[in-house]
Amino acid sequence: MPFQPLPDAIRALVHDGDTVAMEGFTHLIPFAAAHELIRQQRRELTLVRMTPDLIFDQLIGMGVAKALTFSWGGNPGVGSLHRLRDAVEHQWPRPITLDEHSHAALASAWDAGAANLPFAVLRGYVGVDLPKVNPAIRSVTCPYTGEQLATVPALRPDVTVIHAQRADRAGNVLLEGIIGVQKQAVLAAKRALVTVEEVVDDFGPRSLNATILPAWTLSAVCVVPGGAFPSYAQGYYRRDNAFYLAWDEIARDRDTFLRWMTANVLDKTAEDFARHRRVA
Amino acid sequence: MTPATPTEVMTVVAARALRSSDVCFVGIGAPSAACNLARLTHAPGITLIYESGTIGTEPQVLPLSIGDGELCETALTTVSVPEMFRYWLQGGRITVGFLGGAQIDRFANLNTTVVGPYARPKVRLPGGGGAPEIAALCQQVFITMSLGARAFVPMLDFITSLGHGTGGDHRARLGLTTRGPTRVITDGCVLEPDPETKELTVTSLHEGVTREQVQAKCGWPLRFAPQLPTTPTPGAGELEVLRALHERTDRAHRGSPS
Repeated sequence: MPFQPLPDAIRALVHDGDTVAMEGFTHLIPFAAAHELIRQQRRELTLVRMTPDLIFDQLIGMGVAKALTFSWGGNPGVGSLHRLRDAVEHQWPRPITLDEHSHAALASAWDAGAANLPFAVLRGYVGVDLPKVNPAIRSVTCPYTGEQLATVPALRPDVTVIHAQRADRAGNVLLEGIIGVQKQAVLAAKRALVTVEEVVDDFGPRSLNATILPAWTLSAVCVVPGGAFPSYAQGYYRRDNAFYLAWDEIARDRDTFLRWMTANVLDKTAEDFARHRRVA
Repeated sequence: MTPATPTEVMTVVAARALRSSDVCFVGIGAPSAACNLARLTHAPGITLIYESGTIGTEPQVLPLSIGDGELCETALTTVSVPEMFRYWLQGGRITVGFLGGAQIDRFANLNTTVVGPYARPKVRLPGGGGAPEIAALCQQVFITMSLGARAFVPMLDFITSLGHGTGGDHRARLGLTTRGPTRVITDGCVLEPDPETKELTVTSLHEGVTREQVQAKCGWPLRFAPQLPTTPTPGAGELEVLRALHERTDRAHRGSPS
C-alpha cells in the first residue's frame, strides 16, 4: 500500500541535497508537505517550481534551498516574495543560485522530462535577455527547416511533491480543476509524493478523461486534509486571498517572518491543516 | 457619479481596444480589469485566456492570481499549462496578448526581471512568467501601465519581453511574424509605435491632460502625433460596470474564504 503518514514519507523520499519539485499552478499547492520539510530541517535542496509563491518564500526564508529553478517568483496579484528577494539581494539567510526561465520554457521542460527526452524545444526567448544570463538556455537548428529554435534541459527531479483532491483505496490519485504541470512533474521525477484531501471507496461518476495518476506511478500517498491551504482545492475549499494579502506584511521583516514560522510551522503538525478542509 | 480617476480612464480606454472577436491572453493586474470590463460591456463574445490553462473564462470578480478557482469554474474548458503554452500560444491561436510591466522603453520592450545588474540586483522583480512568449507569439500586444519616470525609462536594465527591440524591422529580422505591441494605454495618454521607426508616439491625450504633464512622467523625450485628439472619455455605463466589478472583487478578496 502506498499510504504513509506525511512525516514518514518525507523522511524516506526527500534527502539533503536532492532536487525537489513542488508544483501546483496557484491551485493545489502542497503547503503541508513543505512545512514538514521545514520541520525536518532538510538542507542544500535545489527547489523547482514554475511559480515559487508563498510556499517557496517560506522554504527559502528558512534556509532549506541552495538553488532555485523557476519562471515567475512573486505573490500573485500582491507583489514581491520578500524572503526570495532577501535571499537574492542580501544572501539572507544564505545565498541562493537562480536558474531562471520563462513559463513556456519550463512547461516544455516538464513535458520533455515526462517524455524521457533530454531537452525541450520551443519558439521562445526571441530577442530577450534571459539567455544571456542563463547558460542552460541554448538553441538547436531544425534538421527539416533550418530554423533556429530555443532549447532548455528537461526537468528530471529526484522527487516531485504535489497535492491532489482524492485517492481511492488502491492509492490511485485524481486531480481536477487547474491541473498545471502536476502530471508531467510526477512522471518526470524519480520519486513522487502526493498529499490528498481524502480517501474514497470509489471515484464515482467522472469524465472518461479525468486526470488520474495510477498508484504505481507514485512512491507515497499521504492523507492530509486541508494540505493545500492557503492555496485551494477545487471542490473542497477556496483560495484564502486575504492570507495572500496578509503575507506581504508577515514576510517583509525577518523577525516577523521567523516568529510566524515558529508559531505556525515549527510548533505545528500536518494534522493542523485539517481545520482548513471542506466546510460542509 | 464622481468623475473617473486617471486609473479608471486607463482601464476603460484599455478595455475599448478589445473586440468581441478577440481571443485574448490576459496578464494579471491592470490587464485583467480591462479585459473583463470589455467582456462585461462592448465585447461580450471575447474569449479570455489565463496562463493557468483556463479558456473562455467569465469571472464575476477579478482574480487575485492567474489561477483563482473562479477562473476555472466559469471557463469553457481548462487545459494543462504545457498545453496552454504549446498548443494555444505557440500554436498561434491568440489574437491579443494584454500585458503590464514594471518598466518600458521607447520601443515598448518590457522589464519585469531586475532593477540593476542581474547578478547583483538592486530590486529583484518577479521575472518573466508567461510574458516573453506572450509578447512574441500573440498576433498583437496591448500594454497598459501608469506613467511615471521610473516606469517609462530611456534604457531598460533587462529586456524580459521583446517589444520592437531597437526599432524598425527588428522583430522581423529576428524571425517573428507577429505585430508586437501596437498600443500602450496609460493613465495620461495612448501611445502607438510609429509605422516606420516603431518608436512609441503619443496618439491621444486623455481629457484635461497636457503634453507637458505626460512628458514629465516619461524618462525619454516623447514624440507626439501631428494630430493629437483627446481620448474619448469613459461613459457612465462603462464606469458603473467597472466600479461594480471592483466592489465585488474587494469584497471577495478581503473576506474569509470559508
